[in-house]
Amino acid sequence: MAANKKKHEPFIHITKRDAIVWWKAWLIRIAAVIIALLVCAIVVVALTGYNPIKVYASMIDGTFGSSRKVWNTLQSTAILLCISLAVTPAFKMKFWNIGAEGQVLMGALASAACMFYAGDRFPTPILILIMAIASIVSGMIWALIPAFFKAKWNTNETLFTLMMNYVAIQFVSFAIMVWVPNGSMTMGVINRASKIGWFPEIFGQKYLFNIIIVVLLTVAMFVYLKFSKHGYEIAVVGESENTARYIGINVKHVIIRTMMFSGALCGVAGLLLVAGTNHTITTSTAGGNGFTAIMVSWLAKFNPIIMMLTSFLIVFLQRGAGQIATTLRLNQSISDILTGIILFFIIGCEFFVNYKINFSFGKKITEAEKIEEAAK
Amino acid sequence: MTSAIELKGITKRFGAVVANRNVSLSVNRGEILSLLGENGSGKTTLMNIISGIYHPDEGQIFIGGNEVRINSPHEAFEYKIGMIHQHFKLVDIFTAAQNVILGLDEKSKFDIKTATKKVAEICEKYGFNIDPSKKIYEMSVSEKQTVEIIKVLYRGADILILDEPTAVLTPQETTSLFDILRRMRDDGKAIIIITHKLHEVLELSDRVSVLRKGEYVGTVDTASTTESELTEMMVGKKIELNIERDMPANSQPRLAVSHINCMSRDGIKLLDDVSFTAYSGEILGIAGIAGSGQRELLEAIAGLQHLESGEIIYNDPKSGASEDLRDKSPLQIREMGVRLSFVPEDRLGMGLVGNMDIVDNMMLRSYRSGKSAFLEKRKPKNLADEIVAQLEVVTPSVTTPVRRLSGGNVQKVLVGREISSSPTVLMAAYPVRGLDINSSYTIYNLLNAQKKNGSSVIYVGEDLDVLIELCDRILVIGGGRVTGIVDGRNTTKEEIGLLMTGKERSEDNGGE
Repeated sequence: MAANKKKHEPFIHITKRDAIVWWKAWLIRIAAVIIALLVCAIVVVALTGYNPIKVYASMIDGTFGSSRKVWNTLQSTAILLCISLAVTPAFKMKFWNIGAEGQVLMGALASAACMFYAGDRFPTPILILIMAIASIVSGMIWALIPAFFKAKWNTNETLFTLMMNYVAIQFVSFAIMVWVPNGSMTMGVINRASKIGWFPEIFGQKYLFNIIIVVLLTVAMFVYLKFSKHGYEIAVVGESENTARYIGINVKHVIIRTMMFSGALCGVAGLLLVAGTNHTITTSTAGGNGFTAIMVSWLAKFNPIIMMLTSFLIVFLQRGAGQIATTLRLNQSISDILTGIILFFIIGCEFFVNYKINFSFGKKITEAEKIEEAAK
Repeated sequence: MTSAIELKGITKRFGAVVANRNVSLSVNRGEILSLLGENGSGKTTLMNIISGIYHPDEGQIFIGGNEVRINSPHEAFEYKIGMIHQHFKLVDIFTAAQNVILGLDEKSKFDIKTATKKVAEICEKYGFNIDPSKKIYEMSVSEKQTVEIIKVLYRGADILILDEPTAVLTPQETTSLFDILRRMRDDGKAIIIITHKLHEVLELSDRVSVLRKGEYVGTVDTASTTESELTEMMVGKKIELNIERDMPANSQPRLAVSHINCMSRDGIKLLDDVSFTAYSGEILGIAGIAGSGQRELLEAIAGLQHLESGEIIYNDPKSGASEDLRDKSPLQIREMGVRLSFVPEDRLGMGLVGNMDIVDNMMLRSYRSGKSAFLEKRKPKNLADEIVAQLEVVTPSVTTPVRRLSGGNVQKVLVGREISSSPTVLMAAYPVRGLDINSSYTIYNLLNAQKKNGSSVIYVGEDLDVLIELCDRILVIGGGRVTGIVDGRNTTKEEIGLLMTGKERSEDNGGE
C-alpha cells in the first residue's frame, strides 16, 4: 500500500455527456454570460478604476440610448445577420468559406458601379433592380471561383476564399481610383442630391427597408435549410461525403450550387450596404462582418432564427464597446478586451454543455465514508 | 499457489455507463484464460485497466499476491504485463527488430546486433517463424502480430493479454498462433485471450471467465463446459445456435460480373480479373482476409468505384432485360429501375448519417421522389415507425440521432431501410460486425427472408463458421483475385482458409 500513496490519481476527469436537457444547456450559457460580466467588471476596476455598473450602463446606452441608436443597432444587426445567413449553407456543408468579406465587397462594388455609371439613365426602382442583379451575380462569381476549384481539383477552400478577399479589396481600390479623379482615394456619397439608386425610406426610416429584407431572408433561409431537398443535401454532404456519394448525391454539384447561393446572398449584403446604408463604397465597406458572421453562424449552430439573437449580441457588444470608449474616454482597446472576454466565455461554455467534469475529491469522500462505516 | 494476476471487485464507470461492475478474476502461471463476452460487455475495458490505460473506480489488482496500482502502460511493463492490441502499433518502415526495441530506455549503448540476436533467440524458443530484419510493410497481418508478441516477450512480459488476436487471421494462421500460445503457457507464462468465438475458447483455454453487460458472470473450467452453456452465460438465456438455410428456389442468374479490374490511385490492382455470377434466391458469401478487395468489389457493383475494364450485367427479373451497371452512378442505377440495396461496412460513415435522426436517415434513399422542392416527411416517418416496431429497434424515439443508438440498433435501422425497397440484389458488408448474438441472428433472419423473396443476397463476412452455415455458395477472394467459389454445404474452414491465402495472393495487401 505504501507504494500506492505516492502515486496520485488524476484530479480532474472529463467525460462526454450523452445528451443534455435543453434548460440545463441554457442555464450553463446564462451562467457563462453572468460570469463573463463579473470578470469584465473585475478587469474594468483593475485597469481603470471606473464603477463597472456605470460601464455596463453606458454599453446599454450605446445600443438603446436614443431612437437613432436603436435604429443604428438594428441596421448593423441586419447587415451582420444577412452575411451570417449567407455563410451558413456553406459552413453547414463543411465548406470553410472565409471569403464572405470579399464576396460582400464585390456585391457592393457592383451596386456602386451601377449607381455611378447608370445613375442618370434609369428611374430608381429599375436601377435598384439592376443593382440587385449585378450585386448578386458578382457575389456569386466571387464564390463560384473557389468552389469550382474545390470541386474540380480539391483545392483548399480556406486559403482560396481568404485570398479572394484581398483581390476584392484591390478591385475596390482600383475602382475608387478610377472614379475619384482627384486622387483622394475616398469616394463621396454617390448621387447625394438625386438619391437615385438609394433604398426608399419607409415610415420615414431609412434603414427599415434593409431590415425587412433581412427578416424575409432569415425566414426563407430557415425554410430552405430545414424543409427543402437542397437543404437536406447540404446537411448530408456536410455530415459525410461518403454517405452522399453512397446515395448518389453529386457532391461537386452540391458544392458549386451551395457556394453560388452563399455568394449570391453575400452580394445582397453588399447591395444593402451600398444602396440602403452607406450610399458609398470604401475598401472597408464590409467592415470585418464577413469574418464576424462566421462566429454568428456557429454560435447559433446554423439555425437562422437563433442567428437573429447571436448577431444582435455581437452588435450589442461592438456598439456598447464603442460607446464606453467615447463616453468614459477610455481607449478603444478596453472595449475590445471586454468583447473578447465575453465572447470567450460564451463560446467556451459550449465545452461545458458537451462535457462533464468530474472531480476526484468527490470519490475520496465516499471512500472515507466507507471506512467510517466499516469502523462502526 | 498465488495467481500471476488477480482482480478483485473492479468497477469502472464512464459517465453514467458502467463498463465493468464488480469484476473479479485471476490467472495462474502456466495457464490460458479466455475472457469471453459479447461486444460491449466490457472485456477490452477490463484489459485496458490491467495494462494501465484506465484506472478502475473501485477494486484492487494483485500481482504475485501484492496489491499494485498500475498508472500507465509503462508501469504495466514494470509488472511484466504485455498487451497485444487488436490494432497493431508498429512503425511500417522499420524492421521487426527495430520495432521490438523501439521505446526501450536501456541504459547501455544502443546495439541493434545484440537486439537482433535476442529477438532470434525468442523466435527459436517459442517457434516463431520470422526474419528479424524484415521490414513491417513487407509483412502479412499474421507476421505483424508475431512482431507484437515478440515485442512484449522481449520486454520480459510474464502476463500476456491478447485482444481478439484471431480476428484478422486465416484458420491456418490461427492454428499456428494457438501452438505458440500453448508453448508459452508451458513455459510458465500467464495468458489472457479476449474473444467472442466459442470454438476457440474451447480449443485453447484452460479456464473461461465470462462477462455480460459489464458484469462478471463466472468462471468455468473449459474441460467441463459446453458451447451452449457458455452461450447461455454470455447472453443470459438459452439461444438456438443454428442458422436456417433453405435450398435456393427458382435460381436465375441475377448479376453476372465478368473480368472486372480496378486500380487504386497508386496503380495497385485492387480487383484483378474478378468474375462470378450471383443468382436470385441464394446467399452468395464472400470470404477473404480483410482488405483483399471485398470493399472495392461491392462498391464497384453499387456504382461507387471506377473500373478499368470488365462488365457487370444485371438481369431484370421483370422485363428480362440485361443491362451493364459498370461505371453507372448510384443514382443512374436507381433510375434504371434496378433495386440494388447495399449495407456498407462503414455504417455511420456511409450507410447512415450519425447526426441525423431515424426519419431523416430513412429519407436518404427516397428524398428525391416527387417534383416539389421541399421534403416529404410523412412516408419516411411511417417507414421509420414500421422498422422500429418490426425489427425491435431500441430507441427513445424516431427523432433520436442514430449515433446515439447501440451498434445492433444502428444496423437494424440501416438494414431495415435497405430491405424496405424489396431489393432484387442485396449486398451486405460485415453486417454483424460488433453486434451481439441476438442482433446477429436478427440480421441472418432478415437476409434469409430476402433470399426467400427471390432476392440475390451477397454477404461479405469474416466469421468462417457463419459463412459456412449461412451461405449457399462462398466466393473466396485473395489479393483482389477470385481464388475459388465453393459450395457452402460441403466445404470446410480449412479449404476456405487455404483459398484465402491462395498462391495468387499479391504482396501488397494485408496492410489493412
